[in-house]
Amino acid sequence: MEIEIHVIHYLVISTVMMFCGVYGFFTRKNLLALLISVELMLNATNINFAVFNRYLFPGQLEGHFFSLFGIAIAAAETAVAIAIIINVYRNVKHILTDDITDLKG
Amino acid sequence: MGITLQEIAFYAVAVCIIVCSVLAVTTGKILRAATYLLFVLFGTGAIYGILGYTFLSAVQLMVYAGGIVVLYVFSILLTQSDKDMKYHIRRGKLVSVLLTTLIGAGLVLFLLVTNGFALNLIPQGDELPVEQIGQALIGTDKYQFVLPFEVVSFLLLACMIGAILIARKEEKKD
Repeated sequence: MEIEIHVIHYLVISTVMMFCGVYGFFTRKNLLALLISVELMLNATNINFAVFNRYLFPGQLEGHFFSLFGIAIAAAETAVAIAIIINVYRNVKHILTDDITDLKG
Repeated sequence: MGITLQEIAFYAVAVCIIVCSVLAVTTGKILRAATYLLFVLFGTGAIYGILGYTFLSAVQLMVYAGGIVVLYVFSILLTQSDKDMKYHIRRGKLVSVLLTTLIGAGLVLFLLVTNGFALNLIPQGDELPVEQIGQALIGTDKYQFVLPFEVVSFLLLACMIGAILIARKEEKKD
């Protein structure tokens, strides 16, 4: 009893997710929405690692652990980014990318 | 052989993921974007489950869907975002963004289709035993991962301290 799903079907899902993230990253101006797009991209790469591991190298576990560590690092990145965004909001009162120009000099 | 239940589940999850990820970057309200992100993360967890990585699926649900989305929702509520995010984007920029996205996606899909992956089949309902994951996480041999495990724990500690330091209130010095 086997599942007859071609590898490409998984990869199409992750490609669509990845480029949705790219589109959102270019068009959004709210910092939190930017972060949501980054999460989409990270998620797409994690899917790819797991799928390649399962389909092409089923006896090994590297892709599985890479996704596991990827999830942990994404959590750390989100926590720090949200702390920074809340701090920016406290100082600038806006979280739009157009308003954050202090570091431009 | 007909279509099995898992294939139906896979295609339902696939449609859900694609629709929700498109909506998450095009919707006008940021709280809705976070909700669509939550559904995308649920779908990803389901895909890990279909692949047989149930431990990874559980981690995805706990860390992403349980932790990160709650963090997002709270920070959206803490910061005053505009009700709708329909900002004016210059036409030239919009055209270039659309070109970048569509050409990039087309190129990647073309490479995937012409690469010629063999039709490998994975056994149905064959999940990775948790004991094997545990042994691989704490072993020091080849193909075992105790060093990245410790490094990630140290990174999490550092990011916890950093987040507290960045986000705490400034003390008034007198």
